[in-house]
Amino acid sequence: MTETAKAICPEHEAAPEACPALPEERPAIFEERKDQIHRIGEGDFSMACNRDSLAGAVSQRACVFCGSRVVLYPIADALHLVHGPIGCAAYTWDIRGALSSGPELHRLSFSTDLQELDVVFGGEKKLAKALDELIPLYEPKAAFVYSTCIVGLIGDDLQAVCKAATARHGVPVIPVQSEGFKGNKREGYLAACKAMRTLVGTGDTGDISKLSVNIMGDFNLAGETWIIKDYLNRMGIEVVAGITGDGRVGDLRRAHGAALNLVQCSGATQDLAKMMRDDFAIPFKKVSWIGIEDVAESLYAVAEFFELTQPELAGNIVERTATLVREELAALMPQIKELRRDLEGKKAAVYVGGSFKAFSLVKAFRHLGMEVVIVGSQTGTEEDYRELAAICAPGTIVVDDANPLELSAFLKEKDVDIFVGGVKERPIAFKLGVGFCDHNHERKIALEGFVGMLNFAKEVHASVLSPIWNFVPRREQQRLERAEVLSEGPITGKEA
Amino acid sequence: MLLRHTPKEITPRSALMINPAKTCQPIGAMYAALGIHGCLPHSHGSQGCCAYHRSALTKHYKEPISAATSSFTEGASVFGGQANLLQAIENIFTVYEPEVIAVHTTCLSETIGDDIKQIRDKADKSGNIPKGKTVLYCNTPSYVGSHVTGFSNMVKGMTEISESTGKKNGKVNIIPGWVEPSDMEELKRLATLMAVPFTMFPDTSGVLNGPLSGEFKMFPEGGVTIKELREAGDAIGTLALGEWCSADAARSLDTRCKVPCKVLEMPFGLKGTDRFVDALRTIAGTSVPEDINRERGQLVDMISDSHQYFYQKKVAIYGDPDQLIAMTEFLLSIDMWPVHIVTGTPGVKFEKRIKELTAHLPCEVNVRAGGDMFLLHQWIKNTPVDLLIGNSYGKYIARDEDLPFLRWGFPILDRVGHQYFPTVGYKGGLRLLEKILGLLLDRKDRDDPETVFELTL
Repeated sequence: MTETAKAICPEHEAAPEACPALPEERPAIFEERKDQIHRIGEGDFSMACNRDSLAGAVSQRACVFCGSRVVLYPIADALHLVHGPIGCAAYTWDIRGALSSGPELHRLSFSTDLQELDVVFGGEKKLAKALDELIPLYEPKAAFVYSTCIVGLIGDDLQAVCKAATARHGVPVIPVQSEGFKGNKREGYLAACKAMRTLVGTGDTGDISKLSVNIMGDFNLAGETWIIKDYLNRMGIEVVAGITGDGRVGDLRRAHGAALNLVQCSGATQDLAKMMRDDFAIPFKKVSWIGIEDVAESLYAVAEFFELTQPELAGNIVERTATLVREELAALMPQIKELRRDLEGKKAAVYVGGSFKAFSLVKAFRHLGMEVVIVGSQTGTEEDYRELAAICAPGTIVVDDANPLELSAFLKEKDVDIFVGGVKERPIAFKLGVGFCDHNHERKIALEGFVGMLNFAKEVHASVLSPIWNFVPRREQQRLERAEVLSEGPITGKEA
Repeated sequence: MLLRHTPKEITPRSALMINPAKTCQPIGAMYAALGIHGCLPHSHGSQGCCAYHRSALTKHYKEPISAATSSFTEGASVFGGQANLLQAIENIFTVYEPEVIAVHTTCLSETIGDDIKQIRDKADKSGNIPKGKTVLYCNTPSYVGSHVTGFSNMVKGMTEISESTGKKNGKVNIIPGWVEPSDMEELKRLATLMAVPFTMFPDTSGVLNGPLSGEFKMFPEGGVTIKELREAGDAIGTLALGEWCSADAARSLDTRCKVPCKVLEMPFGLKGTDRFVDALRTIAGTSVPEDINRERGQLVDMISDSHQYFYQKKVAIYGDPDQLIAMTEFLLSIDMWPVHIVTGTPGVKFEKRIKELTAHLPCEVNVRAGGDMFLLHQWIKNTPVDLLIGNSYGKYIARDEDLPFLRWGFPILDRVGHQYFPTVGYKGGLRLLEKILGLLLDRKDRDDPETVFELTL
């Protein structure tokens, strides 16, 4: 039994046989969390998800504000003013590499820096003043004003202040009701969608092609939206708005002119897609731009949609798409094959923010000959996890809202070679001597599209095969043991 | 041209902070708490606060940072967070088994008015704090002060368990302030060389600069123990480094346990380290050992070797008050001119002290407490500088204005080394000098026309 497991299940140490839930190397968990973890093949599938984290948990989750902030953040010609004490603005300053092809207002940090007196007497005046100081200075196309915990408590009327500022300055000043305590990131996504909805439908859609889409739920990290946009353009499709990758206020205003919404990252922008479906009769399709099949399937789905709805305009769109996919794969596959040779049989763990990504990653790893043995997310739904369980092998651990002890115990139990996660997971992997790939906010290379698969394979290859892991005590031990087996006797030399 | 919108002309702002030079209290409390052995910091508020602080600390230290949260929901925000905190304390001790939980508050729980002491006592009475375990706490309202205030508050919170038995134990409390684990290690080395028995708190060395062990340890080896913190009340004196970071804790020990204290500026550079060493010498009643004299001599030697390159170079610095005061003094001592100095932390004392230090300079010196990076950028546009010193957030200005840039302070998100190489003490002074000189000479080599480009500098 590991130190970690001992730490979380002390009774086991006292009387191991009396602790049946804990066979060798199996990490203990909060009693209340047991139904948020499932081992495929052990009992019927059942998971409780989208529940609030337990008080006292070292959760990897964030808050409503964080959810809103990451969704709206890439809108590059808008101001993003955080109404609250300084922290919320400081921690989300240039928070991730959501690239812009033009303005970069989103990369600055603006705050009303609320002080004690503001908390006592209300922050409305300060907010109004801040907007007056800010808008003439930067002349933005719109301003988003984020509510934080404290604003929710002291009861500032954000709506009223924003409305008045809109009238004074002649640009939309949009409140985002993102009080942190209202829930987790999901509620934040909804608040962001509501804020964006106020812009949608206010622009001129006259010159938009009937073969047009909005790319939703992609944030142009490392230029990913551009990759997808390029594919769509090559298929003859116009992209009206990146929502919110390389986002612009003007594009959002005319986003209702698109014929179809392509929604990735189910949590983040699906609410807006639903609103646009209900209000503007724009259908949406769930897509994923990660992994070979998912990208191809997504592109084909788009082609088929237009072939069906606009047969004359679409022409041979499915064929065009097939050519595109063929070309891309012809360039990609030989290189993947090369990398796969080294990666075959290695094991991966996936713990990401949204579950859609987990699906794509499981499939992507398969192309590398690798097996995903742990899969989890911060915000998945039971349905998501059920589907995940269906595509993973028996024995795979499926987990919702994990804490570092659980993650670390699972990683060791499954002896994984690479962990795919976010900023807080990286050092945990490294401490254990496990490779890491950042598939979250801080990724520096594009992981979407066909080229993204290659980048991903390269990154996995680089980390899994790094010689540094040979120096990890556990690996050295394993090497020695292997050597012992091979020589069928005690070994004398250091190396096998 | 990321900051293309920054106008040269400075107009007054009263409500708006642009590109802050500070963050909020709780992260300071979390960092300080990590300097206690076996401690799980606990954030009494929404999940987001805890996630942000952990992310920021993780990015700076490249180490796993564990902290728990009360996971406030709408209900807690209406009815108070007592139930959440009680539940959290019970859960944490059951599952993670830390020695200590160090609770800090957030703007949310402060405004609701949760009484942490009362909740802690209630947890204690109802048996949720196992025997031998400790729950520390401090109040860290995010709308007061800055991250530095939060750090100071948690350090003060630590001293609240100190007891005076009436019998002095001969040790000296050293409160290092918000410095890196490497700095704490260096200060401990100096104290050991001086043969001064000491207790350092907080002490993040061994916690946030650990080796790759192949194990994930939620509670690494380092940190001050609860026993040591209790006994801090019997110390013969306290050396507090930094008025903003450390003085409150030292004064509280003085008041509560009659441990006399001396508050020094942080020991960055020659004079600051001189005063620190001298204070240790006085306490120990010994002379300074030759090893330390030699280190000092090396620092002076290196300054003399390169002083022509520092001569009247203008510098802009930003960060936290205690560090900036010490750095200003150091820069002046090597003949550089700190001309723009910004901290996001409010406090008129800061401006006064900087003005004192720079009074003899023949040029105008801009100093602002409660300022931001936007203002600093405007100042630089009006009076250009030769070097920029501060945390990673200066890289936008450095790029736009094409300035040599020394990363120093918190947070550093894009370079490594601060975990391992100290900048305090004489050794740390050498490292600062090496870095500054390297930047200036790299720039010279880059910009010199070929005709004057030289091999030997």
